[in-house]
Amino acid sequence: MGNAHQYFGDGLPYVNLSDLKGKLIAIEGTDGVGRSTHIDLLQEWLEVQGYGVITTGWTRSNLMSKTIEMAKQGNILDRWSFSLLYATDFADRLEHQIIPAMRSGFIVLADRYIYTALARDAVRSGDRTWIRNVFGFAVVPDLVLYLRIDVDTLALRVIETKGMNYWESGMDLRLGVDLFDSFKKYQSSLIEEFDKMAEEFHFQVVDARKPPEEIQSNLRSKIQPILTNGARAPELTQESPAAMQSLPNEFPTSPLKP
Amino acid sequence: MTPPALTFAQPHSFPGKLIIVEGIDGSGKSTQLLLLQKWLESKEFNVFFTEWNSSALVRETTRRGKKSKTLTPTTFSLLHATDFASRLYHEILPPLKAGMIVLADRYAYTAFARDAVRGVSREWVRKLYNFAIRPDMAFYFKVPMEVAIDRLLGGTRAQLKYYEAGMDMGLSPDVSESFRLFQSRILSEYDKIVDEYGLITMDATKDIEAQQNQMRQLVSQALVNYKPKRGTHGKRASVFWRRFAVRQSE
Repeated sequence: MGNAHQYFGDGLPYVNLSDLKGKLIAIEGTDGVGRSTHIDLLQEWLEVQGYGVITTGWTRSNLMSKTIEMAKQGNILDRWSFSLLYATDFADRLEHQIIPAMRSGFIVLADRYIYTALARDAVRSGDRTWIRNVFGFAVVPDLVLYLRIDVDTLALRVIETKGMNYWESGMDLRLGVDLFDSFKKYQSSLIEEFDKMAEEFHFQVVDARKPPEEIQSNLRSKIQPILTNGARAPELTQESPAAMQSLPNEFPTSPLKP
Repeated sequence: MTPPALTFAQPHSFPGKLIIVEGIDGSGKSTQLLLLQKWLESKEFNVFFTEWNSSALVRETTRRGKKSKTLTPTTFSLLHATDFASRLYHEILPPLKAGMIVLADRYAYTAFARDAVRGVSREWVRKLYNFAIRPDMAFYFKVPMEVAIDRLLGGTRAQLKYYEAGMDMGLSPDVSESFRLFQSRILSEYDKIVDEYGLITMDATKDIEAQQNQMRQLVSQALVNYKPKRGTHGKRASVFWRRFAVRQSE
């Protein structure tokens, strides 16, 4: 494979990244922006092309998912515990899912990545240094896709679908008098953080207000260049017959493969 | 709206005092802290005690992770940091702000020593705990490996536990041998930490009373300008009676 994977900061001294053959693609974006729908479609699209794919999602680790639910119900979290619970969940998934999968050559689609934690902590504390140091053990993704939306469209969409909940509205921060008010303030701050990080960490920005088909094809066109056989893969706008060309490519284009 | 970021580098400005003890298992630090607590309470100080890895939020998870043996050096470290954060917020800061004396059995230094031995980056674990506050007094109970092992195996805790013995590191299939190797590495980490953070080294091979006398003397000196605040009078019977040195006969 081409470029080697790296850690954000201090890293895991006991894990060597040099043999990670797979790709890590993070899909970021605020709550209710449609990440999981698009990840399902991307997985299907990649698997049809013959790539092994695993998905990993925020708070879904074996170790922590129960604990985080418990903590949320208690609503007792201070800023540090809040961020550290997510960091622990992430570390568990990184070491038990993401890195092993990449070592075996899978493409990992991450539903949210550390940027979500960075945004949430920054909004709560105004301090960006500590949380970035904490996540210094994270692997830098090959690609970050950022589904960007404005807060007014987001508010409408969330009300229309599942409704606003306590945490997505940042009610722990007491930003507004009611759920709606709080939701808008909280999500605006998050979007602002994401926008700043988009430049800093070179996110690929996709307009999430477009129709789903358009978003999906946008996402695919941004993923295409990092795929092993990217240069020769056919353009896939729909489930065209070309998608049936799913045999694994035995002669990858990359000359660096040992 | 947000509290100012606390930093480990500077002394805190709260009216209370934070006194912590460190040392390997079997160093006798918990015994010494308990005796210090009794003494402080008898002097009418308001004392609050907190110990490593004890917050309700995290304890259950740590136990589950230990049982399934799926903890990695990093998740192990992060779980303890979460526990610490939760206790700092709920147990350490409020009494300090109220002007109490907080006694902590183990502090961030435990993580610096243990986690580094387990293999996480030394710089990383220090940055991780950057939200901690610097204790007013930090005692390190220094004890040779053999003494600690004798105390642990011969005394109160007959069995060495999997993670305490560092069995997750694969140092040795034998629990006692693994414990020995693991703890001696921790000892040498502590030696570095003592210099780095200026911990007060106590000779933990001395008699319990001798150590306690020395500790009380040092604490007295540190509390010269400390003005305790009075809460309720004699809130607990045992404290009340101890203050008047009356033997509890009934």
